[in-house]
Amino acid sequence: MTALIEARGLTKRFVKRPDFAGRIAGRLGADIREETVHAVDGVDLSIAKGEVVGLVGESGCGKSTLGRMIAGLMEPTEGEVLFKGRGRARLSGAEARAARLAVQMIFQDPYASLNPRARVETIVGEAPRVHGLVPRAKLASYSDDLLARVGLSPDVKRRYPHQFSGGQRSRIGIARALAVQPEVLVCDEAIAALDVSIQAQILNLFIELRASLNLTYLFISHDLGVVEHISDRVVIMYLGRVVEMAPTTQLFAGPNHPYAQALLAEVPRLDARKRTFEPIKGEIPSPLDPPPGCHFHPRCPHVMPRCRAEAPRLKTIAPGRLSACHLNDA
Amino acid sequence: MTRPAVATTAVASPKAPARTLEAEDLRTHFFTRRGIVKAVDGVSLQVASGEMLGLVGESGCGKTITGFSIIGLVDPPGRVVSGAVRFKGEDLVGASAERMRALRGDRIAMIFQDPMMTLNPVLRVDTQMVEAVQAHRAVGRGAALELAREALVQVGMPAPERRLKAYPHELSGGMRQRIAIAIAFLNKPDLIVADEPTTALDVTIQAQILHEVQGLCRKTGTAMIWITHDLAVVAALADRIAVMYAGRIVETGRTEDVIERPLHPYTRGLIGSVPSRNRRGAPLTQIPGLPPSLVDPPIGCAFRPRCGRASALCREEPEERAVGGGRRLRCFHPLLEAAP
Repeated sequence: MTALIEARGLTKRFVKRPDFAGRIAGRLGADIREETVHAVDGVDLSIAKGEVVGLVGESGCGKSTLGRMIAGLMEPTEGEVLFKGRGRARLSGAEARAARLAVQMIFQDPYASLNPRARVETIVGEAPRVHGLVPRAKLASYSDDLLARVGLSPDVKRRYPHQFSGGQRSRIGIARALAVQPEVLVCDEAIAALDVSIQAQILNLFIELRASLNLTYLFISHDLGVVEHISDRVVIMYLGRVVEMAPTTQLFAGPNHPYAQALLAEVPRLDARKRTFEPIKGEIPSPLDPPPGCHFHPRCPHVMPRCRAEAPRLKTIAPGRLSACHLNDA
Repeated sequence: MTRPAVATTAVASPKAPARTLEAEDLRTHFFTRRGIVKAVDGVSLQVASGEMLGLVGESGCGKTITGFSIIGLVDPPGRVVSGAVRFKGEDLVGASAERMRALRGDRIAMIFQDPMMTLNPVLRVDTQMVEAVQAHRAVGRGAALELAREALVQVGMPAPERRLKAYPHELSGGMRQRIAIAIAFLNKPDLIVADEPTTALDVTIQAQILHEVQGLCRKTGTAMIWITHDLAVVAALADRIAVMYAGRIVETGRTEDVIERPLHPYTRGLIGSVPSRNRRGAPLTQIPGLPPSLVDPPIGCAFRPRCGRASALCREEPEERAVGGGRRLRCFHPLLEAAP
């Protein structure tokens, strides 16, 4: 099975160079160095056509950065993204453009991601017009169809974003992404800002669009309930690295990595009533100064001396299932 | 300290009064140029000592303003227009600003969603915590500092001495919220109103904080109103749940009753909207439409336009009625009558 889109050794480092005052202080002997954040650290991930992959992790784990690199909005420091088996960076001309259009992104904030001064028809119709996907004469009916597809009446196309509610704006953002006929949607916390009843509406829309347009999703969320509901496979990240990757039902039936176990145990659920919380200890370490070895070892209940020295590799522990933990070697 | 100290330890009777807080037909309206926004429109609720009430609703349903009305933080153009808030028998709606100031931070505390609403960014944590103690009690700085340190230990703060010397910006979001919670518990209040205190936090940090708050309430007998949009959080935490919609409480009851056998169609819609294990991949039972505008809410039952069970009768406003098992409901067409 060839992957539709694949990340190979994808790494992103953000380097903060000292400012002018810092450089002078450094010359004078102060201990000021460049600060490097390993936002994403050598992630391999392949997504098959029609698959929904959920990407989960807490804030600062690098899930958004990974999503942005896969969507082509950010260049990786190392590694590459392959689209249909070919390195996207090496494509050129029409092929490169087609590969870029094939991956679209849905953003978290339905307020900040729409141009407040553009009418809905412009927001939705601009990309297909610029890329010449639709003849000018058919553009109006094309955007009408898109709006209808995401559950908005075409009557609203002359309106501006501020005239819509949060859920409706999400729909506009989805229509805009669909306008260039993508194959992959990278949804970065796409429903996190919405109310529960509206979340359900948008989630249902994603499920319906997947079936009708044969879409592939990378669904980034901190909400495990949502990810469990929509994904075929789940990837869990911690401080820039993937710690576990497994089919959804297997993962939720029995997570392997201690962090995955902790994360799953601590999600409040409707069916887990009046429980006493038994939280894992400690805070998420700063990605500026991650712990050596396994990043999770300061919080891990099963920590061994080896965990402090050696970073565990992501290994196959069952078909289609990978985990990065030294416990699996024992 | 010129103001007489509020009696704290002297009246700690072993048998706490049945109700720490009772709100009755509370109405808070905002008088804006676009019209009167009825943010809270006839809310009645009770919380007993040591009890945790989960107040659940979507954004704009009036849950935060209910909390603000209880502790007297409603700013103009908003005003509590009618109703009563009785705190241990004392009516707070008519209370003087001075009396409210004496109660707030001492007998009644609030935890906000953003801990920076509580914390002053330019003061060290110890300064702020000592101030919170000394505002209500005639104690020396050393004793106040010791209380602050104890409070930090209680909320599970690692290395409390070091945190006391820190400024808020030096701490992570989870730690700031812990400090805000420690400040709320500092004077061992009788009631805490918590407004989405864990919404902005990560799952593992949220679990830690829920764990600590739960333990503290049980231990100190503090009554708590936990305001949230997340049913799953209160399902795990609260003794009772009140569901709010368009400025009114539409359903109240014991947590397990409300979650397992919701009576109001809106409650069922909310529960159906939460993805759960047994329906993976299947469409969620969504509630159609949008929450109404509070400037111009629908006539009669505000949920009528989104409700599958609505009839002509629903153009009348349903009264809140008791339906047995300690449950209260505002609906003409409940899903099933509660068992006696």
